[in-house]
Amino acid sequence: MILDQKHLRFQKLCRQFAETEFTKELLDRLEETGDFDWDIFKKMSKYGFCGVKIPKEYGGAGGDYLSYAILVEEFARVSPVLSIYANTSNSLGGGPLMLAGTEEQKQKYLPPVARGEEIMVFALTEPGAGSDAGGTTTRAEEQEDGSFILNGRKTFISGAPMADNCIVFAKTDPSQKGSRGIGMFVLDMHLPGVSLGKPEHKMGIKGYPTCDVIMEDVHVPKDALVGQKDKGFGYAMKTLDGGRLGMAAQGVGIAQGCLEESIKYAKERKQFGRPIANFQAISFMLADMATETEAARQLVYHAAELKDAGKDAGMACSIAKYYAAEAANHVAYKAVQIHGGYGYISDYKVERFYRDARIVPIYEGTSQVQQMVISGMLLK
Amino acid sequence: MKIYVCVKQVPDTSGVVAVNPDGTMNRAKMPTIINPDDLNAMEAALQLKESEGATVVAVSMGPPQAGEMMRELLAMGADEAVLISGREFGGSDTFATSQIIAGGIHHMGIGKEDLVLCGRQAIDGDTAQVGPQIAEKLHLPQVTYATEIKKDGDTYTVKRALEDGYMTIQVKSPCLITCIKELNEPRYMSVEGVFEADEKPLTILDYEALKDERLIETDTIGLNGSPTNIFRSFNPPVKGQGEMLQGTEKEMAAALAEKLSAKHVI
Amino acid sequence: MAEFNSSMIEDFSDIWVFCEQRDGKLMPTDFELISEGRKLADQRGSKLIGLLLGDNVTELAKELGGYGADKVIVCEDPALAVYTNEAYTNVVCDMVMERKPEVLLIGASNIGRDLGPRCAARLHTGLTADCTHLDIDMNTYVDFLDKNSNVDVASTTFKMEDVNMKMTRPAFGGHLMATIICPRFRPCMATVRPGVLKKADFDQAKADACEIEVVKPEINAADIHEKVLEVVKEAKEAVDLIGADVVVSIGNGASKDVETAKKLAQDLADALGGGVVGASRALVDAGLMDADRQVGQTGKTVHPKVYVALGISGAIQHKAGMDHSELIIAVNKNENEPIFEVADYGLVGDLFKIVPEMIEAIKAQ
Repeated sequence: MILDQKHLRFQKLCRQFAETEFTKELLDRLEETGDFDWDIFKKMSKYGFCGVKIPKEYGGAGGDYLSYAILVEEFARVSPVLSIYANTSNSLGGGPLMLAGTEEQKQKYLPPVARGEEIMVFALTEPGAGSDAGGTTTRAEEQEDGSFILNGRKTFISGAPMADNCIVFAKTDPSQKGSRGIGMFVLDMHLPGVSLGKPEHKMGIKGYPTCDVIMEDVHVPKDALVGQKDKGFGYAMKTLDGGRLGMAAQGVGIAQGCLEESIKYAKERKQFGRPIANFQAISFMLADMATETEAARQLVYHAAELKDAGKDAGMACSIAKYYAAEAANHVAYKAVQIHGGYGYISDYKVERFYRDARIVPIYEGTSQVQQMVISGMLLK
Repeated sequence: MKIYVCVKQVPDTSGVVAVNPDGTMNRAKMPTIINPDDLNAMEAALQLKESEGATVVAVSMGPPQAGEMMRELLAMGADEAVLISGREFGGSDTFATSQIIAGGIHHMGIGKEDLVLCGRQAIDGDTAQVGPQIAEKLHLPQVTYATEIKKDGDTYTVKRALEDGYMTIQVKSPCLITCIKELNEPRYMSVEGVFEADEKPLTILDYEALKDERLIETDTIGLNGSPTNIFRSFNPPVKGQGEMLQGTEKEMAAALAEKLSAKHVI
Repeated sequence: MAEFNSSMIEDFSDIWVFCEQRDGKLMPTDFELISEGRKLADQRGSKLIGLLLGDNVTELAKELGGYGADKVIVCEDPALAVYTNEAYTNVVCDMVMERKPEVLLIGASNIGRDLGPRCAARLHTGLTADCTHLDIDMNTYVDFLDKNSNVDVASTTFKMEDVNMKMTRPAFGGHLMATIICPRFRPCMATVRPGVLKKADFDQAKADACEIEVVKPEINAADIHEKVLEVVKEAKEAVDLIGADVVVSIGNGASKDVETAKKLAQDLADALGGGVVGASRALVDAGLMDADRQVGQTGKTVHPKVYVALGISGAIQHKAGMDHSELIIAVNKNENEPIFEVADYGLVGDLFKIVPEMIEAIKAQ
């Protein structure tokens, strides 16, 4: 795909911002403390990154899926974790409301999220329901006045410690089996009965805390329900479609970052009296890395293009996510290999990329779930 | 209030420089950027727009390819962009360039409340001449090397950097101020600005549009009309590589000290 | 006033130097320019005249004679005590229009670069900025090219009778040198980079012989729209990069601990006999070092006896500011950095480890 001027301009903006603002000092601090950095988040918000894909009437910039993919790719190329900062509002945070929210709900929740004044996160996974989201056990009991009482535990919820609101999926009708009878709610995180687990110690993506969200008799009003009370699972899957595109773009960004670091290093590093780039074993690795990265990028851009054209993009998103996530790991592996011992030391960017890459084939649908989706569509 | 911001697209000389066989710079092969000091001027204009209300007009002279740069300035927050572009203008030196840009601004009109902001100098020539020469052609008072600009009604109080300090100067609008990097931290384009830039007005002023402009003497513009000409350009001779000292840190330091001593440097 | 037409080039004669004073004191560049102007006047067979504007500055004029000025025209007026663009432009242009010099040189200080272009635009002539070398006589120019360029002088034809001033300056951030001429208009104007041209020895006899002409210029208050509220000298320690015998500069390699690197650099400069600490553009742009310490195309040009580059990659714009140093020592982690191309001695390694060893070894000698 050939990007038009507008998207090239947007790519330039994202790249400029990431290269200038994501300083080594900031990235080291995120890595060391694991804490959310409000300053960089506020700066991203100020420039409008949190609202790229949110429509103008809800306070966003009204950008398309392609812009969203470019944003995540360019941020991840410098810092995978900071690409999440700008990603959430545009995908899993804002997505469900754009999909199924009433006009009132959209007006209430989206503008502050688009402007980065509030953080909205997404809670589907449970201790016993990961890839099998149909196994949701969190309960939402409808009261006579139409309000709900929520009980249950959501796990690995990225961004929960900072969140003002959280999209929660809960069983509204336990009589229905599997993915049926699940409702989607906006949970105000400040309500009584909501508590947080301890932040997890993660392998990578440090600086965007993840923890459990526990709900004990949380009373939410009627208008906390988004969409129809038994169609939540469908909304979740549709939202994840878009989310997948973002995470695929994150994979592309990580691969691109690894490739660039490796080219630079291979030209500088001398062994046996010449730059290691002159050895075919290294240069061919670079060629493989570039090929996989570019293939992944084209899959992502193509899927985005389909979504922007209003075409069915479910399969394309899964293919892109599957391929880009795996490619990011292949490329990161080779990047560390090219760096040799230095690649194993945290002073070098590829060490961090390597760890960050590992989550991409896991979250927002594992590679195996993508294989199921793809094969399911092939064989239906 | 209208603020004209004069901007130049320049080759990025901080990276790898492409050179033609004849030793001149191959501009076509080099990435282009918005001249850094000009971004400070743009930022100053946008800050004034935010605090005082103003229409910000980005003005540049350059080839048609500079159009995308103009879109970037619109994406930063400029309200209008004007690109002065024509074969007849190509190869102009600073004298010629400044009368063309001054002509363009005069053509658009400069009122009592208006302001012209420029970067101090462009990194491809480092001359710092176009700003003051535009001011002269437009009969505007000028302040160069601005590190602080304060507006109070029609009065601007400007801190002007000197090598050994600064001076504070007061001028009234309309006037021209050239800006340096100490003035401010230029913003990026905004996400919204990027998406909206294509809808904002970008005007091209060509030779036909400006040839009757009284500030422009058609015989002193372009490569042939410019008062100054390149007599010759050349590469400085390459100095031969010296000696790389070997060994541990201690050994290298000792070897160096010995050599410096032998040369009576120490 | 006589009719002024910048294209009647045969009407113009003499070499003029605008001599800048601040606070009633001449600037060092004035002496460099007068010294250089002397050579040009000799090449052209014309007079060298200094032009000095100020209030009660006549007594400064004789000193300019000591460096080679035949005559100094002093424009005295209280309105000229402190530089303002309008008053100075008016007076300089009026003098030029009346007397018609062939050449006008101005120091490329922040003030010279404010004044020069404005005057050139009013006088309808060309101006070449930030020159580092000037010739009028073609023989001396050819000789300069022979020594300082890759031009094969022997196989190139030159028009030996050409008497246009040839103004040479770095172009494109120092990647290229360009010689500029202004053949159709006079005066031929140049601003000249401070610290590049060499000052001649002071000669008291010449100073005594120098003719002084005091002029009372016409300054109309209505023409002056700018008001100088104050002139402040910053209290910060003056960094004399240009005049230093030893300059030790730090670059990106120092960014992880600039304070320590700065101290090491100063200690090394002291061990080498005393000098000052400079910086690359990267550190200045990052706000880690003051701009007045920047060496390079957009900073200062230095030619010390010893230049040490610590953790500086040696981008061409840095080299443009230091490659005329008499002896260059470079320390860098990466042996492939271009700084080693201009270094007399290269040391590969971490500056934080090597510099203490250097200081010790030098002290031991």
